[in-house]
Amino acid sequence: MAAGDTSTLPRREFLGRASALAGLVVSFAPGMRLIDLAAAKPDGEAASAEVRWGMLVDATRCVSGCDACVNACATEHGLEMTDRPEIDAQWIRKVDLIDENSGKEISLPVMCQHCEDAPCVAVCPTGASFRREDGIVLVNKHTCIGCRYCMMACPYKARSFIHINLVGQRTHSPRGKGTVESCTFCVHRVDRDREPACVEACTAAGHQALLFGDLSDNEGELAQRLGEVQTQQLRSDLGTNPGVHYHGL
Amino acid sequence: MGSVWQLLPLIMLTGVLPLSVIADEPLFPRARGERCVEPVGVMRRAHFEFLNHQGQQTVERGIRIGRHSLADCIGCHAARDQNADWIPVSAPGQFCDSCHSYAAVRIDCFSCHRAVPGADQVMGN
Repeated sequence: MAAGDTSTLPRREFLGRASALAGLVVSFAPGMRLIDLAAAKPDGEAASAEVRWGMLVDATRCVSGCDACVNACATEHGLEMTDRPEIDAQWIRKVDLIDENSGKEISLPVMCQHCEDAPCVAVCPTGASFRREDGIVLVNKHTCIGCRYCMMACPYKARSFIHINLVGQRTHSPRGKGTVESCTFCVHRVDRDREPACVEACTAAGHQALLFGDLSDNEGELAQRLGEVQTQQLRSDLGTNPGVHYHGL
Repeated sequence: MGSVWQLLPLIMLTGVLPLSVIADEPLFPRARGERCVEPVGVMRRAHFEFLNHQGQQTVERGIRIGRHSLADCIGCHAARDQNADWIPVSAPGQFCDSCHSYAAVRIDCFSCHRAVPGADQVMGN
């Protein structure tokens, strides 16, 4: 369409034709797009509700005794272990399960499940516990008063309270005494188009048990895989609709 | 240093502030960057509004650009000791502490935020 033509077209008709043309370009060929709808947002843009970040944990690939994801998380966020393990922050835990009847053993990591209907968000008296537009559940430590209601409410026991003064925090992961914290899906990385540290470490360890991506992007690897394998969410009976899905439980 | 009140008769007689009173003003190490992101006068008055605004944008909405990042302040204003180790900006006599002690305003930023530059936050080095 020549640029000159637009002056003779009514505005509405031009917009109609232009959007039809745009549709053509986007659906250029099956399975191929010129514009990637699920691309991570640029640094300067706000998190969008068109994305819902999620994860698939493949318990059939997760190896008992491997704690690469746990260590990567601790390094990324500066979670240091003290000589009082009962007060140590735990953002991601490895859990080994044995079926008493069959003797089948499985191993899987459990972290914040980034629920759509998050109990921690519902109970927070200050609004510090919140769900970002793109589905990542976070604690705004500027407004957290350390009441720990969210810790009581969380069915996954995913949150930790910081009891002692901390030093040596990471620049990208501020954390301190008197506030509650949990897995952030490595939001500082996600905002810059990188995977969470645990996913990277699992892949580097050769297990590929963790797959991170956009649950809303039907063409994306995560949604594709969720369509292929049988998965379940932890305590799905509670209706929290977690963003983390498990295969092989 | 003598307080202003002890020196009040002297000040009234001479009409000038003795040097010892002026020297009580906060002193802190020079920043490394070329210039601040805002004029100094604006920064002195409004730095917390800038920091607060950008903090909210980052935490709640994931907007990670902007000129008023606390990490960037620290990248310019943190000093090194004789062993070339970083001194926290919140340590006595350092950039944040010097004014905040002077103004008797306790800041809570650094119970959570890192008070020395991270590897990728060092400016002008």
